Amino acid sequence: MLSRVADSLYWMSRYLERAEHTARLLDVHLNQMLDQSPAGAERRWERLLASLRAPAPADGAAEAYPIIAALTFDATRPDSIIGCVHAARENARQVRESISSEMWEQLNRLHLQLRRATMDEIWLGEPHEFFRSVKEGAHLFQGISDATLSHGEGWHFIQLGRYLERASATATLLDTHYRGYQGYGALNDLEWVGLLKSCTAFEAYCKVYTADVRPEQVLEFLLLSPDFPRSVRFSATMVQSALQAISRATAVRGAGRIERPAGRLRATLDYGQADEILGDIGPYLETIQRHCSSIHDALYQVFISYPADVALAS
Amino acid sequence: MTPSSFQRTTARSFANYNLDAAYDEMFASPDEPRPHYRRMYERLLELPAAEVMQRQQAADMHFLNQGITFTVYGHDEGTEKIFPYDLLPRLLAAAEWATIERGLTQRITALNLFLKDIYHEGRILSDGVVPRELVYSCRHYRREMRGLRVPKDIYVAVVGTDLVRLPDGRFAVLEDNLRVPSGVSYMLANRQVTKRVFPLLFNRYNVRPIDHYGQALLATLHALAPRPDPTIVLLTPGVYNSAYFEHTFLARQMGIELVEGRDLLTHDNVVYMRTTAGLKRVDVIYRRVDDDFIDPLAFRNDSMLGVPGLVNAYRAGTIALANAIGTGIADDKAMYAYVPAIIRYYMGEEAILPNVETYLLNDEAQRRYVLEHLDQLVVKAVGESGGYGMLIGPHSTAAQREEFRRRILDDPRGYIAQPTLALSRAPCFVEGDVEPRHVDLRPYILYGDKVSIVPGGLTRVALRRGSLVVNSSQGGGSKDTWVLFE
Repeated sequence: MLSRVADSLYWMSRYLERAEHTARLLDVHLNQMLDQSPAGAERRWERLLASLRAPAPADGAAEAYPIIAALTFDATRPDSIIGCVHAARENARQVRESISSEMWEQLNRLHLQLRRATMDEIWLGEPHEFFRSVKEGAHLFQGISDATLSHGEGWHFIQLGRYLERASATATLLDTHYRGYQGYGALNDLEWVGLLKSCTAFEAYCKVYTADVRPEQVLEFLLLSPDFPRSVRFSATMVQSALQAISRATAVRGAGRIERPAGRLRATLDYGQADEILGDIGPYLETIQRHCSSIHDALYQVFISYPADVALAS
Repeated sequence: MTPSSFQRTTARSFANYNLDAAYDEMFASPDEPRPHYRRMYERLLELPAAEVMQRQQAADMHFLNQGITFTVYGHDEGTEKIFPYDLLPRLLAAAEWATIERGLTQRITALNLFLKDIYHEGRILSDGVVPRELVYSCRHYRREMRGLRVPKDIYVAVVGTDLVRLPDGRFAVLEDNLRVPSGVSYMLANRQVTKRVFPLLFNRYNVRPIDHYGQALLATLHALAPRPDPTIVLLTPGVYNSAYFEHTFLARQMGIELVEGRDLLTHDNVVYMRTTAGLKRVDVIYRRVDDDFIDPLAFRNDSMLGVPGLVNAYRAGTIALANAIGTGIADDKAMYAYVPAIIRYYMGEEAILPNVETYLLNDEAQRRYVLEHLDQLVVKAVGESGGYGMLIGPHSTAAQREEFRRRILDDPRGYIAQPTLALSRAPCFVEGDVEPRHVDLRPYILYGDKVSIVPGGLTRVALRRGSLVVNSSQGGGSKDTWVLFE
């Protein structure tokens, strides 16, 4: 497979995952606002922005309308939903021959839907409906990809993009909620439930721990659950298996270079224990992020922008 | 629709089908169809207008759904449009095609010999058959090609030659496209749609197949390869190019990789493509990027579409290009006037397909004549294609003629003139009725181990009534072309 095609598939998938994550966080946040006292609203907005690693809108007001407008519709921002979907579509457009036409049509539909919508319309209407349709659009694309594209090398690059983005985004989200964690008082119960819902994890959590929401259990679930599809550990497992499949398909030399950071990420999570991690959560999550970016860098060095002389020497 | 409902509405009369001085493809005289058109004529008489409209809509939907489109420049993000398509196929009798085939084979053979000569000894120049300054003043002449041996001496492997039918029924060559001819995907798509829309008529006629074009092209590219078991790729300028659909289509038909310049790199005069499994050596490039943009080190250094170092690799003989660099010298519109002489010089034969009479404007007497008759002639810029840079005298305004007079006087070598041709006309569906429209024919010729021409080509149609311009960029459309067995 051409390196350029692999690169586009990887970013198409990453950007779409990012768009869906942003839509989910905004949706949960708006919903929680209704139940929270206005006191502390500003702090919560700041946390939301930090969770998305997004700078505050230029006019500075930590208020719902400008923040939602910027993170949803500001096409000049690469981190807005419309910016991410546009970037995903541009990447897909470059490799239309390598994806199924059903995938292209779905991505195009999502893109057109976002271009038609306006901030005032969703603000005065039903924002929840809007964000739900964005999430569904992304899920539909994922389902269509799984159902219509051969599960070969290209599909594995798509998987890789999705789960690497997810591992990193979930780790960032945990960081903003647990950094400097001193015990129960830091966040109220609603906020812990909000964290679970930001990962669509509330129901799945209850099945394991009942509705007894405790911070160390929430952490255990979102970080270490081997089965929940948005947990960091689950994502790391998917990243590793996608990479192994790609290494097999390409039989490229030096694949160890990328399998090492992927293995390290997994080991960090496979043998982690929530109560120990909680004592030193900041550095732990930083390690996770470092492994994620090592995987990304190694991906480029091994498969995409490797130096020509190295490749020729082999 | 049942057969009986056909009979209920037989109302077609060809009342709007007026014959004029131009050759008519269907009628020898009013109400007397040519023998090979008789079956279609009979079918048309029984086909109700409503059904024609319905079939046309079905065909348009098919093109749109399949994404068979071209990009119109000058719109934001490159607007995609479908290429207008006329349902009624254009028919060519076996004998007519045999002449075309022989004529084109002769022409491509002579032009390849000419290119080899021009870039090596230049005998034809020393012998005074073609003026030396005509070659060196050509914008598409490439010094870089001097003395370079191309695989099997094949400079042009893929050609699209534009033919027109003159009022006396003979086919003549209007222009050769020896650089990156396009349109072949429409020829193939048209056939698929016609077979779907007119299965019965198709069956009644014995039509020669064209679907093997992809294999024939691949075999031609294979013949150029410098090594056994070659890796062949198609180089496209990318998604914003107007013919991008065609590039993806052909790459898929041939099962080869569609690459952009940034996917390729050269090292020690060898070309590689960057894949996830490492660098893979490339042997043949079917390039759809113009000379100017193909290697920023050799030609335009602002090009982002090319491959730095490609020309050096080409000189080293490690890579084959189809077509070669510098072939534009042979389809320069002023050089065109010399093609009959070129054929005579290398082949010792007269041209089987005649040229259209052409005035060279750097000749003073011819220039004077042309400037006095601008309102009757067609003036063309020598290096342009696609219907750009053209004056059609009879349809022009005084201001346009004045503009061209100035341009000709500024740069006489840059223009040629030809009489305004009455292109032949073929029946087309216009709002369910049948009317004649002017057409030309672009067959696609492949030159590898042998010359192969897929029977037919792209028949382009000037869809506006009376219009003589068939280019897609200028509001033209196309129709399927059926070459019949004996």
